Amino acid sequence: MSLTTNPRTTDTPKRTVNQVRPQQSLRDRYGDRAFSIAATSVLLLSILAVVYPLYFIVIASISDPNAVYEGKVWLLPSGITTEGYERIFADSRIWNGLGNTLVYTVLGTAVSVSTILCGAYALSRKDMPGRKILMLLFVITMFFDGGLITKYLVVRDLGMLDTVWAVVLPGAVGVWNLIIARSFFEHTIPNELREAAQMDGATDFKFFFKMVLPLSKPLIMLMIMIHVVAHWNSFFDALIFLNDDTKYPLQLVLRNILIQSDVSSTGTTGGDIESYAAAQRIAELTKYAMIVVSSLPLMIALPFMQKHFTKGAMIGAVK
Amino acid sequence: MSRTIPARRGGPAAAPLPQQKNSLSLRLKRISRAWQLYVLLAPAVIYILVFKYWPMYGVQIAFKNYNPVDGFTDSPWVGLTHFIRFVNSYQFGQVVGNTLWIAILGLLVAFPIPIILALLVNQLQSEKFKKFTQTVLYSPAFISTVVVVGIMFVLLSPRSGLVNNAIQLGGGEPIFFMGSAEWFRPVYVISDVWQNAGFSMIVYLAALAAIDPALHDAAKVDGASKLQRIRHIDLPGIMPVVTILFILAIGNLLNVGFEKALLMQTPLNISSSEIIQTYVYHAGLQQAQFSYSAAIGLFNSLLNLALLLFFNTVARRANQATLW
Repeated sequence: MSLTTNPRTTDTPKRTVNQVRPQQSLRDRYGDRAFSIAATSVLLLSILAVVYPLYFIVIASISDPNAVYEGKVWLLPSGITTEGYERIFADSRIWNGLGNTLVYTVLGTAVSVSTILCGAYALSRKDMPGRKILMLLFVITMFFDGGLITKYLVVRDLGMLDTVWAVVLPGAVGVWNLIIARSFFEHTIPNELREAAQMDGATDFKFFFKMVLPLSKPLIMLMIMIHVVAHWNSFFDALIFLNDDTKYPLQLVLRNILIQSDVSSTGTTGGDIESYAAAQRIAELTKYAMIVVSSLPLMIALPFMQKHFTKGAMIGAVK
Repeated sequence: MSRTIPARRGGPAAAPLPQQKNSLSLRLKRISRAWQLYVLLAPAVIYILVFKYWPMYGVQIAFKNYNPVDGFTDSPWVGLTHFIRFVNSYQFGQVVGNTLWIAILGLLVAFPIPIILALLVNQLQSEKFKKFTQTVLYSPAFISTVVVVGIMFVLLSPRSGLVNNAIQLGGGEPIFFMGSAEWFRPVYVISDVWQNAGFSMIVYLAALAAIDPALHDAAKVDGASKLQRIRHIDLPGIMPVVTILFILAIGNLLNVGFEKALLMQTPLNISSSEIIQTYVYHAGLQQAQFSYSAAIGLFNSLLNLALLLFFNTVARRANQATLW
């Protein structure tokens, strides 16, 4: 956490002991207090605005769909049922999507992270001839791109449609991530270290794999996390490049069920309106449960990932 | 970004020996000595050549009648036909208007909020509460767009959604948020703030942490109130970061949130939810009008680039930090 190492906060206790802010008028001090209270209230309201919808979805997912429908669920679940979850776990599309997502995430993260680390290290080396031109080649793509249609046609011409590669490769190297990694290498790998290693006869490869990578664990963690989250959450490449629904990642399955309300699996038996309405309500219940299940893994991982992401944002801010 | 560029310029000059006798053979020697670095860089270069520059090369189909047999290069030229068709089509005004509306509304609302949040969080005394607030506010960034839109659909559902239950409790009529054109923009922007404001806030918090605490101490001795210190120390201190992020946001003005707009689209709100990029998707990939939609995509990219260049120049004139 960056903010805990902030020098301002570490010397705060000392200051409050020694100084009484002699020149601040009473009115200003009341003003400060009023401001603090207002600021804290705004933040508390923001927290509530973020948390309550999520909390509601969790309690709605285990409540009786009729109670949710009638607006009786506000603070606590009512008429607890696990039917929503049972239906999800009985749905083969979810399992299939989850399996695909795992494959895409592992493969995609491996490809992206290794490409970015190697490329960023080379670009961080000031003694590499042509470095400026090569860097420009990357930066240009941040400001202009060929657009969706030509990208699709390229992927099609490569014969990647409906293959794993269409999901893994077209978005593999984010230039922004490359720049973050490059500036990390520039700031953490001292030139002297490389010179010393070269004196001892280390080649660039050897230096990179034996010295640079072990020294770059925080960066590697950050890159892995960025890509795991991105792959876990992505749906668009799959939407345009995959037609075969057995290859759909979880997010695309979720889209079909959550947003396009493809509730065929909930078994709406034809017949009277009453049973149809009941089926509808259970379908809604399934949606709540599905939101919980699909977001839970990342939410659980969030506290562990937080410090890496903050660090990444810091490196990004320095740029 | 602007900071590293002078440093890089200083880099090669600092190695005087090769500079003095910069003959061709010496340059070749340096290049061959760095071959391992080129090998390390090769995958990334191949990647951008294939997935970035090849599509850029393919953009020429915007001026051609693309057919798969002839490919990018050999399809017949038709000049500006596709652009003219787009400009004259009845969707043009609507699609461009929607795009600008969402982009500008997003910029006006979604850009300042993270800055305000960062200033508020930064002045909190308790480290624990500070950290807690940060974690909570940025957690929605980890929820996928699909799920966020899914959440909107269930919470805003006219029959059983939480929001409409609340409206009915207050005696109002339920509103079909996701199925109405008027509600598309507010719902879009508010949900965007909900999901991303906390994450964007982190960059500003990092910039705030870099401000010299001595400035605050000096201001306190001079009797400055918290509000005054925010206005005269914190805000100027993060201004370079604000400018750079603003320029980047402008540069991406017409691209942001395309996936979400696509997910939020229903036949009922299409009149305000169809933006340039969703139109490209529908015309290009669903109706296979490759050249026509490539032309529209190019129109979008160029508009973006023009905005970026314009605002970067403005920022330079105003002597602020710039991208290059």
